[in-house]
Amino acid sequence: MSLLIYGLIQSITLALYAVGFSLVYGVSGIANFSHGAIYILSGYLIWAGLNLLNFPYALSFLMAICLTGFLGFSFYWILLYRVRGIPLAELVVTFASGVAILELMTWAGFSGIRYSLPPVVFGSVEVFDVSLDYQRLMVLGTGIFLVLGLYLFVHHTRIGLAFRAMAQSERTALSIGIESDWVGSLSMALGSAVSAVSAVAILPLGIMEPTIGYEVLIYALAVAIVGGLESTPGMVAGGFVIGYGQLITAKFFGPKWMIIVPLLIIILVLAVKPSGIFGKMKELEERV
Amino acid sequence: MKARVRKKRLDRGIKARTDTIFLVASWKDILYVLMPRALPVLILLLIPLFLGHYENKVLFHACVYGLLALSFDFLANCGLFSLGQSFFFGVGCYFVGIYDKFLQIPIYLSIPFSAISTGVVCAALLSPVVRLRGVYFAMITLILPMLLMKLVEATGVMGGSHGMPGIKGFPNEEVGVYLGIITFLFLIFFLRRLMGSDYGLVLRAIKEDDRSVMSSAINIYWYKVQAIFIAACIGGFAGAITTHHFQFLGMSSFALDYSILPIAATALGGQGTFAGAALGSMILVPLSELLRELGGLRMALYCGILVSCILLLPEGLFHFLSRRYHQFQVEAKVE
Repeated sequence: MSLLIYGLIQSITLALYAVGFSLVYGVSGIANFSHGAIYILSGYLIWAGLNLLNFPYALSFLMAICLTGFLGFSFYWILLYRVRGIPLAELVVTFASGVAILELMTWAGFSGIRYSLPPVVFGSVEVFDVSLDYQRLMVLGTGIFLVLGLYLFVHHTRIGLAFRAMAQSERTALSIGIESDWVGSLSMALGSAVSAVSAVAILPLGIMEPTIGYEVLIYALAVAIVGGLESTPGMVAGGFVIGYGQLITAKFFGPKWMIIVPLLIIILVLAVKPSGIFGKMKELEERV
Repeated sequence: MKARVRKKRLDRGIKARTDTIFLVASWKDILYVLMPRALPVLILLLIPLFLGHYENKVLFHACVYGLLALSFDFLANCGLFSLGQSFFFGVGCYFVGIYDKFLQIPIYLSIPFSAISTGVVCAALLSPVVRLRGVYFAMITLILPMLLMKLVEATGVMGGSHGMPGIKGFPNEEVGVYLGIITFLFLIFFLRRLMGSDYGLVLRAIKEDDRSVMSSAINIYWYKVQAIFIAACIGGFAGAITTHHFQFLGMSSFALDYSILPIAATALGGQGTFAGAALGSMILVPLSELLRELGGLRMALYCGILVSCILLLPEGLFHFLSRRYHQFQVEAKVE
């Protein structure tokens, strides 16, 4: 039972890593490799709000979301705008700036016990004889909230509909007056903000250090590849496959083999269904 | 009467209407054609004799990163954009560990063996994903070395996170340096020639339009596997000579440096011609050596160089310089 529940939390965590990445990719086709860096940066922003500015949690959280959102937005206009349409140049630019952010943070020495976030909510609850603290429940809640919220957002608001139009066909969207650069930059902003939201749910559970950024990027990519890059349900499915796969491996073969699981699942998925579990046919052509 | 002069392009008389066929009439013309090729070779071959111990180490590093940059550029020329040269590099290092420590093979066999084994293993490991293109292939190659590094750390094979000291070294330092330089120079010319041949034509066509290559009844996946084999051999060779040079083997061979710096070098030097990648690594590695006291900040610096090169100098240094060279003008008297 504890396997089932902790597997659920682990899976949602993985899905949360990937949601922001897949949102940006699905809308604008930018593979945002700086995702991990932005995620961990938002964690440090919250920390700074709590400890340096002495804000309450909610306020520093809000500040982190706004700042990372703005960071994603300006990232688009300063860097990506110039290389838009060349996928590999986009990739190198995002990746290099992500690594630059992470290495700068490592250099500045942002690691250690001092830089850890307190849990947002204290206490724990018994679920089916398994003790579960509220912070982990909050991960679950954030996951459900984000997936539902994103679904409602892209189906029922003007900007969300513009996002979907962009995702389907950039040129047609342009012809009905949706400016692709604006939508692209907004998607970067939203994707970064989403990663900040997941950071506030996940980061208090463990330590905070810049190398986590790489880990988040690896898992986000793995989940996104398994689930199908652009679909939010795919992220959840990919998260579940990898999360439960890892926990089961850890239980039966020992935790040191956990790291092979994403690799094996990726290769398996690519060999059987290259577009991912929830990927569409259109993607299949692009990928293969 | 004042002598009238006009500007004359040097290459007009030498190039017979194309860029590739030369019409040489004098020693000067031959010099014009040969100098850009011969001069770097001569400099690279002679310079280790005049440098000290430390500078030779830097030169060795530059050659190793140059080999990785060549391997990156070669794969990019085949339409396979790899973010994980450190994968090839690290696998090459660990093969040296196997051959040297467990099988006790002499050094002049272990280097070629590990280069070829790296080629075989990497081509086999990447063969399920050669069907992927562009960004997707890049993602996989980015993940692979990171996961392998964690695997080594977790399972503790080959020394785990402590690494393995006591690998046999070169008989003396110059042998290693010259091995690096000669292979590096040979590969620049070999890969340029290869890309010009019919075989290279297929590889370049896969980059431009793989559908049309498929429609000419060519199995592009098999060609891509071969390309990965070649690139992995080069990367594995770089790893092998590095391991023998430092007589140490560790997890750091999967580090991000070995992926990022070759890409930055290629972006700086210019993609497509292997000379650009070589030039870029010859500039970047000594530069980063100069900035050694910056420590962890160097990585951020590479990334900064990489981003600014892509944004500001998209064609690369080599293309820029070669255009300048071909547009070189002298003053000629008008009769």
